[in-house]
Amino acid sequence: MQPTSLAFKDNARRAMADPVLQAALGFARTGFQDKRRAAALRLPEFEALRDQAKAIKDHTLAHLDLYLEAFEQRVIEQGGKVHWARDAAEARAVILRLCRAAGARSVTKSKSMICEEIGLNEALEASGIARVETDLGEYIVQLAGETPSHILAPAIHMTKERVADLFAEHHGRPRVATPEALLDEARQALRQRYFEADVGITGANFLIAATGSVVLVTNEGNAELTQGLPKTHIAVASLEKVVPTLEDACTLLRVLSRSATGQEFSAYTTIVTGPKRPNDLDGPANFHVVLVDNGRSQVVGSDFQDILRCIRCGACMNHCPVYLTTGGHAYGWVYPGPMGAVLTPQFIGIEQGHHLPSASTFCGRCEAVCPVRIPLPKLMRYWREEQFTRRLSPPTVRYGTRLWAFAARRPGLYHLGARFVAGLLGLLGGRRGRFRRLPLAGGWTGTRDLPAPTGRTFQALWRARGGGS
Amino acid sequence: MSEEARGAVLERLRRALHRQGPGASGARDAVVARLAAAAPGLIPARGDLGHEGRIQLFTAEAEAVHATVRRLRRYDALPEAIARYLRERNLPLQLVMASDPLLAELDWPRSMLMVRARRARDEDAVGLTLAFAAVAETGTLMLCSAPETPTTLAFLPETSIVVVAAGRVLRAYEDGLRLLYEERTTLPRSINFVTGPSRSGDIEQTLQLGAHGPRRLHIVIVDEPVTRSGPRSWA
Repeated sequence: MQPTSLAFKDNARRAMADPVLQAALGFARTGFQDKRRAAALRLPEFEALRDQAKAIKDHTLAHLDLYLEAFEQRVIEQGGKVHWARDAAEARAVILRLCRAAGARSVTKSKSMICEEIGLNEALEASGIARVETDLGEYIVQLAGETPSHILAPAIHMTKERVADLFAEHHGRPRVATPEALLDEARQALRQRYFEADVGITGANFLIAATGSVVLVTNEGNAELTQGLPKTHIAVASLEKVVPTLEDACTLLRVLSRSATGQEFSAYTTIVTGPKRPNDLDGPANFHVVLVDNGRSQVVGSDFQDILRCIRCGACMNHCPVYLTTGGHAYGWVYPGPMGAVLTPQFIGIEQGHHLPSASTFCGRCEAVCPVRIPLPKLMRYWREEQFTRRLSPPTVRYGTRLWAFAARRPGLYHLGARFVAGLLGLLGGRRGRFRRLPLAGGWTGTRDLPAPTGRTFQALWRARGGGS
Repeated sequence: MSEEARGAVLERLRRALHRQGPGASGARDAVVARLAAAAPGLIPARGDLGHEGRIQLFTAEAEAVHATVRRLRRYDALPEAIARYLRERNLPLQLVMASDPLLAELDWPRSMLMVRARRARDEDAVGLTLAFAAVAETGTLMLCSAPETPTTLAFLPETSIVVVAAGRVLRAYEDGLRLLYEERTTLPRSINFVTGPSRSGDIEQTLQLGAHGPRRLHIVIVDEPVTRSGPRSWA
């Protein structure tokens, strides 16, 4: 996927002028947030479980090499195969090779962000292998020729009218427009595709080192049909998906669904271990796991290691005022929202992605709701420092920051300056009490007025009112 | 290619994690111990109830996610109960089911039910299978694949009926795993934790049931202890 993160500002402006997108995001504001809060309140142990979830991931990351080796050994013992890929190109090559070896003409896929990350969809299409997305939202996005705008709800940016148009166009049936009828139609359209597929490709929510299992979480049941019906199952997973035991996965699962959709538990949590057993009546004969690094081994041991705890629940974006205003596409690459603002520069480079860590109000809600307590604002701040050091921000911002930093380290000077500026602006603001235009503040006054100070600083008012005494 | 990639990735990780140092063998021991212990973490107190309490919690949680739950004393009442469930919903009196002797021995024709013991196919409307256990905490069924209980039974038909023994309604997921370790030497190919019927919110965030898996999930809890030969799939 060609990143458009450098155009974040334009993307965001367009998104804010899009009434359909704004209505769709309105739901996330109420739906996701209220449901998560209710689920968290219902479970007295929720905060303690978050601490344990964080500890499990920290422990695993500190022993990542050893757990990956253990995982690989168990998969092999169970009759499966493990393939390693250093980067996206290697991962695509491995998966295509496996598909060809399976004689694949068509593959079903259940929603997987790592497959988006490595650009698998384009690669499959280029090699003439038909790809059918089975997650309903991802299927809709595929028909539209778009990319997901949310890691859980890929089609969150679309209305049912748009879905109805897409279905009518692609299914060759009379147009239906209720969510119920649309779901029925998708169910029927996809059913046959499951049976026709030669290979089923899934991601993985967790890999279990103790058992060599892959854990898949869905609400639709599409991952089960995707991996269970074709002859070959390929699970694609990034390195940090591994956790030690099934019991550790249980702890993580308890915080995952509640943080993501506010569900007590997702409808389907499936643990698959190896291929079909000798007398089993169903299941794939071949079981492959593709382990994708794509830069993660360089994040281990770095300032950014905490981001590898991420379990892709989406809570950070569901609670982010910036994401909820711009939607996911504005971020210009695979991962949106605060986790995307930290991850994307890792993948596409800070030069390409430097707007994203700045697209934050630093309100801290992302960290407050993160089930594995990733200090997302801190990590975004690292990128901002990088952006400053590499002179990626415009000179006015750099000199302004430098000037401010100079004053901030000298309280006497700062207070003097503040008194002077507040007084001057109060005088200039005059009776109207606001500015339509102000030099150096065009970014603000371009879209709204700047309220003028009343002429006195906060500290002066505080003293005058006898505060603190 | 993969072998070379494997070496490179592991090498980078080992360097980042200082695996050459004196702490290396300690790290290895910690990993081995943790994998062997398979120790449960914090288990919510919610499911910490007696037999009846667990069944009540399980029922309430499953119903909250749009499953229906029925309780029976004995297995021989199962055919009639299922026939009534299907008639009430105008569903065909025809089902594919697990080949477990526990079900095979029941008198299905007397309840006008046509049953076939095999894996599910696309055209099957109703699937009946046995749960390995159930978890009260979130109203979750634990299904294990086996020759007698193929996974497709609970995923392809629009109506999924699952029978669970009352004595196997457990507190938490971890208890289900422990039971599995006790009763089996290897993990089944597929363990499915099922919490309500299939659902999607992908069209305008409106909850819809029956996305790809079943539209309806009916759970039958049976009190009768499973002695006899017992379901073979649990042996």
